[in-house]
Amino acid sequence: MTELIPASAQPALEARAVAVTYAGGVRALDGVDLAVAAGETVALVGESGSGKSTLLRLFNRTVEPSAGEVLVGGEPVAGRDPVALRRGIGYVPQEGGLIPHWTVRRNVELVPRLEGWERGRRRERARAALALVGLDPESFGGRHPRALSGGQRQRVAIARALAADPPVVLLDEPFGALDALTRRALQDEFLALERRLGKTMLLVTHDLDEAFRLGHRVAVLKDGRIRQVAPPAELAARPADDYVRSLLDRRRAGGAG
Amino acid sequence: MSRARTDAGGGRRRARRTRARRAGPTREGPEGMPSPLRAAARRTARGISLALLGALALVPLAVGAGGAGAAAADAPAQGSTGRIVVGSKNFEESRLLAELFAQLLEARTGLAVERRLGLAGTQVCFEALRGGAIDLYPEYTGTGLASILGAEPKPGPEGDAAATLALVRREFLARWDLHWLAPLGFENAYEIAVPRRLAEARGLASISDLARAAGDLRAVLGYEFVERADGLPGLAAAYGLEFASVQPMQQALKYRAVAAGEADVLDVYTTDGRLASHDLVVLADDRGFFPPYQAAPLVRGAALAEHPEIAAALSLLAGALDAETMRGLNLRLQEGREEEPAVARDALAALGLAGDAPAAARDSAAGEGFGAYLWRRRAQLAARTGEHLALSAGALLLGVLAAVPLGLALERRRNAAEPIIRAVALTQTVPSLALLAFMIPLLGVGPLPALVALWIYSLFPILRNTYTGVRDADPDAVAAVLALGMTERRALAEIRLPLAAPVIMAGVRTAAVITVGTATLAAFIGAGGLGEPIVTGLQLADTRMILSGAVPAALLALAVDTALALLERRLRPPGID
Repeated sequence: MTELIPASAQPALEARAVAVTYAGGVRALDGVDLAVAAGETVALVGESGSGKSTLLRLFNRTVEPSAGEVLVGGEPVAGRDPVALRRGIGYVPQEGGLIPHWTVRRNVELVPRLEGWERGRRRERARAALALVGLDPESFGGRHPRALSGGQRQRVAIARALAADPPVVLLDEPFGALDALTRRALQDEFLALERRLGKTMLLVTHDLDEAFRLGHRVAVLKDGRIRQVAPPAELAARPADDYVRSLLDRRRAGGAG
Repeated sequence: MSRARTDAGGGRRRARRTRARRAGPTREGPEGMPSPLRAAARRTARGISLALLGALALVPLAVGAGGAGAAAADAPAQGSTGRIVVGSKNFEESRLLAELFAQLLEARTGLAVERRLGLAGTQVCFEALRGGAIDLYPEYTGTGLASILGAEPKPGPEGDAAATLALVRREFLARWDLHWLAPLGFENAYEIAVPRRLAEARGLASISDLARAAGDLRAVLGYEFVERADGLPGLAAAYGLEFASVQPMQQALKYRAVAAGEADVLDVYTTDGRLASHDLVVLADDRGFFPPYQAAPLVRGAALAEHPEIAAALSLLAGALDAETMRGLNLRLQEGREEEPAVARDALAALGLAGDAPAAARDSAAGEGFGAYLWRRRAQLAARTGEHLALSAGALLLGVLAAVPLGLALERRRNAAEPIIRAVALTQTVPSLALLAFMIPLLGVGPLPALVALWIYSLFPILRNTYTGVRDADPDAVAAVLALGMTERRALAEIRLPLAAPVIMAGVRTAAVITVGTATLAAFIGAGGLGEPIVTGLQLADTRMILSGAVPAALLALAVDTALALLERRLRPPGID
């Protein structure tokens, strides 16, 4: 898949020598460089506390760097209005984060509504986004989130992230809370979407299998640093260090989890 | 019945001691006069409270005519000839004398008279007078001396009735511009009494005799008497008195305990009508311990300067009432279950001073069922319910207006939240009556201080629930919408508040029940409400009267809670369990 990446283009997402230190002196990220090309999907993989979610959240400014620079679409995010920035970036959290007292339709229309789109256009986009994730807009649009299964809720969350058609989507362990079968089905659909939509995507997962399946490239994080960034095949063939090798060994031992 | 003493006498149960009492008059001394500024602020505050009450009474909360009528009756709209406010403490004789003053002033002057009867004791009455919330009330010289001035009663001629009157006149005038008008002609003193058969069996005629026999006698004494320096502590020291047991007890119940043979000795008041009906012997105060307690109107200098006719009218009562007459009048209230307006009218008629006072319904007590009793008093009860509801609703509304924004503000500064919420929680630990009493020096008496006190009580449950409700409202959903570009403000309005609404409403319901319940105590500071019959009924040990306030108050609390539960259901967002 590496040949899909246009090598000359400006990165859609870029972190340059970024460090994040939380209050109390905890260093979440320590000198991280990462560039994601337009249309590329990069999977960030690592253990809890490795800094992968922190890195993801730098790009929509829900976390601020204490050093270094973060760019989206070639522009530093530091000078931009966070609200406007976020409306141009899709976001899918682990537990869906759907608004419980809003219907599915209203949840999906969130960003178009924030952007002030008129009603007909909103409805149209919501319908399309729901259809995209395999949910029938007519039968699901009027339900509340608690009437959905976990997998359905994550589909809605993805539809919500795509509704305003942003060029970039951030996914923070989007399938982490699902059972294995549902996760597998959603991963397959995600792959289809990935190909069809050509969005730039940054995906956080603790599951190396998922990272290998969904990412054009995989970035392995450990203790706030990136150990290796490479396409899955290359990573498997030439792990950069013992840590990456141990991850690969565990994956083989654990089977296709 | 051997009545000993004239110059020895007892006091009154001038209300419970509250903490405010100590913070009261002694602290400020001679310069504690109400300044014009303070008076102006008070008038403004009262105006606001009346306007608020008036407005609230119109709220369609099943108040009906009662609420509106009650509020209208409070409005200072009675013509241009002036208005004065007569207060009283919360026992029969004080109420009766205040009613006498009021009827006499209505008959003999052009003044509109407002009554604030049943204020919770000496401290509340005195503060109300000093602050100008009332213009006059009946007081006793010995109480002025011992309780208000904090002076030691003096034995012998230096402490006799005339000397005591002269002393309190001089001091009250100099310190507060308050005037003791001519005494009414009787004293109402503390005395010690025993059943006649006990007096005869043990040969008791004086307190000295009692001191010798006290070792196996059981005493039941008023709450205030047990505490006051001019009550049991001083008496015990003066006579070397030591009872087998001392049980503090409410006035009317003491008589019952002694009549039932469960106690042997009690403190009584000279003019208590029950002295005769219970066949008690009053023991002579042979060491002259009790100071004299002459009853007299105590009036603000400013009111006298503005309306000299007050002094002229009340002088008609100078020396007009003797102890025997007062015992008879008090007995009609205590055991005849009659009400002050009728008894006062008869008393004025007997003195040839009757005017065209409004006729009050006679209480034809005997054989009447509770239902019929309530029905006969329906107009008063409706008015009381209206006052009660207006007071509670006002306090609750103000509580919501203050505590919800504060809770939201604290949620954004969580470090500051816990200390502040804990500080507000402390208000809940202040006893209700004490909190009401604290308000008197600041805000006088009547609906305003009650409203403020109830408002303070309503804050904590609403604040706590707003804070935790918003803080805990689906953090995942909130984080997600913020990450998708919703502003904090919109997330608060569209997501966090709706999700927190059931929790906030639960806090409001708790506050509502507390407020409706506590509002019954507002009667102690003259704010009316359903506490009025409860307070009066307690005084008279009249269960029916107590229930006529307590039952509607309980029903009101239930109704308010139910109404808010329905509102809560409506506010509960869809899609939430």
